[in-house]
Amino acid sequence: MQRYWIRKLKDKMAYAFCLTCIVLAIVPLGSILFEVTKNGLPALNIDFFTKGPGAIGEPGGGIANSIQGTLILIGLTSLIGVPIGVLSGIYLAEFGNTQFGRIIRLTNNVLMQFPSIVIGIFAFLIVVLPIGSFSPLAGAIALAIIMVPIITRTTEESLKLVPNSIREASMALGIRRWRTIVSVVLVSAKGGVVTGIMLSIARIAGETAPLIMTILGSQWFFYGFTNPMDALTLRIWRLALLPYEYAHQTGWGAALVLIILVLSLNVIARFLTRSKYKV
Amino acid sequence: MGREIISLSSRVRKEDETDHIYKIKTENLNAWFGTKQALKDINIKIRKNAITAIIGPSGCGKSTLIRCLNRMHELVPSAKVSGKVYIDGIDIYSKNVDPVIVRRKVGMVFQKPNPFPTMSIYDNVAAGLKLNGIRDRKKLDEIVKKSLEQAWLWDEVKNDLDKPGSSLSGGQQQRLCIARALAVEPEVLLLDEPTSALDPIAASKIEQLIVSLKKDYTIVIVTHNMQQAARVSDYTAFLYLGRLIEYDETAKIFSNPKEELTENYIAGRFG
Repeated sequence: MQRYWIRKLKDKMAYAFCLTCIVLAIVPLGSILFEVTKNGLPALNIDFFTKGPGAIGEPGGGIANSIQGTLILIGLTSLIGVPIGVLSGIYLAEFGNTQFGRIIRLTNNVLMQFPSIVIGIFAFLIVVLPIGSFSPLAGAIALAIIMVPIITRTTEESLKLVPNSIREASMALGIRRWRTIVSVVLVSAKGGVVTGIMLSIARIAGETAPLIMTILGSQWFFYGFTNPMDALTLRIWRLALLPYEYAHQTGWGAALVLIILVLSLNVIARFLTRSKYKV
Repeated sequence: MGREIISLSSRVRKEDETDHIYKIKTENLNAWFGTKQALKDINIKIRKNAITAIIGPSGCGKSTLIRCLNRMHELVPSAKVSGKVYIDGIDIYSKNVDPVIVRRKVGMVFQKPNPFPTMSIYDNVAAGLKLNGIRDRKKLDEIVKKSLEQAWLWDEVKNDLDKPGSSLSGGQQQRLCIARALAVEPEVLLLDEPTSALDPIAASKIEQLIVSLKKDYTIVIVTHNMQQAARVSDYTAFLYLGRLIEYDETAKIFSNPKEELTENYIAGRFG
């Protein structure tokens, strides 16, 4: 009993330590958001959202073509990556308790940590060279390779969190396995699956390196699936390399737009897939 | 719904199976988890429209036995079954029998209430039908009402059918699970310790409910609670270490058991 105050002190110290860590973790996030908003906000105007870039070295013009490019890339990549990722995740969670499943899981984890530039070179070799041109298609394939392992992993983890009693309840009603998985298990795990998809979209929207090797970047709006295209990250990178003050400001603006874009996609996806009941 | 089973009957029905007072019959039923044998040569005949209780100490194979009666046992990886289980004279382990169809005929209620967390009360009851492709709203409404009435839940939830199933109390959730099982119109109802997670009042309501269901269904109930077995069941089977030690009318088992093991268990000397 005499040591009571020591225990109380330890308790307080543990709490203070956790609080310090969370503050430390938030500092970079807060300062990035602050810096991007401060520098990017003045760049935003109507032209910024409606026009492509002007001639290099002349102020004016916008990043509309880059926004368009990033949106096309996100769409195209999701079209390839989401079905493959979710179905692979389902396989691993529901049928993956085998030697084959373990190999796939390991490979998937390795793929998740692959340097994205290597994936860019890979897409360059198998898509850009045969087609003979940089293209959104090559970009989407490269980004899908980055996206799939993330979705597979998060889908698998979310499905595994669904208690087995729910699967049994469904099977015991004489509901077939695939129906059980799609209509009962996947629906119960929807929140986690959507989070994984949004994480992967945020990740690919921020990729630059593989895009240099696949869509190249362009001054123009999208003009065909087999021609170069621009993206926000490429635009930010190129603008940052230019020796003009206005270019840097446009770059900050583009960064701000990219952050807002990912954030709003996240909010919209959550709104569209919200469940009627809290699980 | 059981049509597929019936159409198979001519091929797999055993010639000497004329005994119509029995709904379920097992022949040398053995079950394993990996290398561990959970059931050893179980031969039991279960009566139609009666309640059969299965009692015995933890780990004696009670749950495994009823999970073999609707082919749920085999869903556990590494689980294995041998022997025969006849329902209405048809071996449900025969090659031509689809386990999914068996499970529609033999409903099951689990120890912990497990309503589907993302579904409303209505959808929970309708799940077995909806997910098997029945879309006729009028028919669904009818079956949902009937099933909830049979499970003594209708009056409590009739105005809240679109509320989540998980918003109900534990006892109500368990009755919801019973309604959900009844909605697919089974002939047999397996109950795996259905009241052990509930408070005594909710448990007693479920017990009365089970007795009321006897006239329409063949019921097998696994229970840890000997008073419960004595109160609700007509027949009692005592299992020990995977073997069926004794099986008789409940009154006989509790008043005058033949085996010493049974007597010791009922007297609370072990278990």
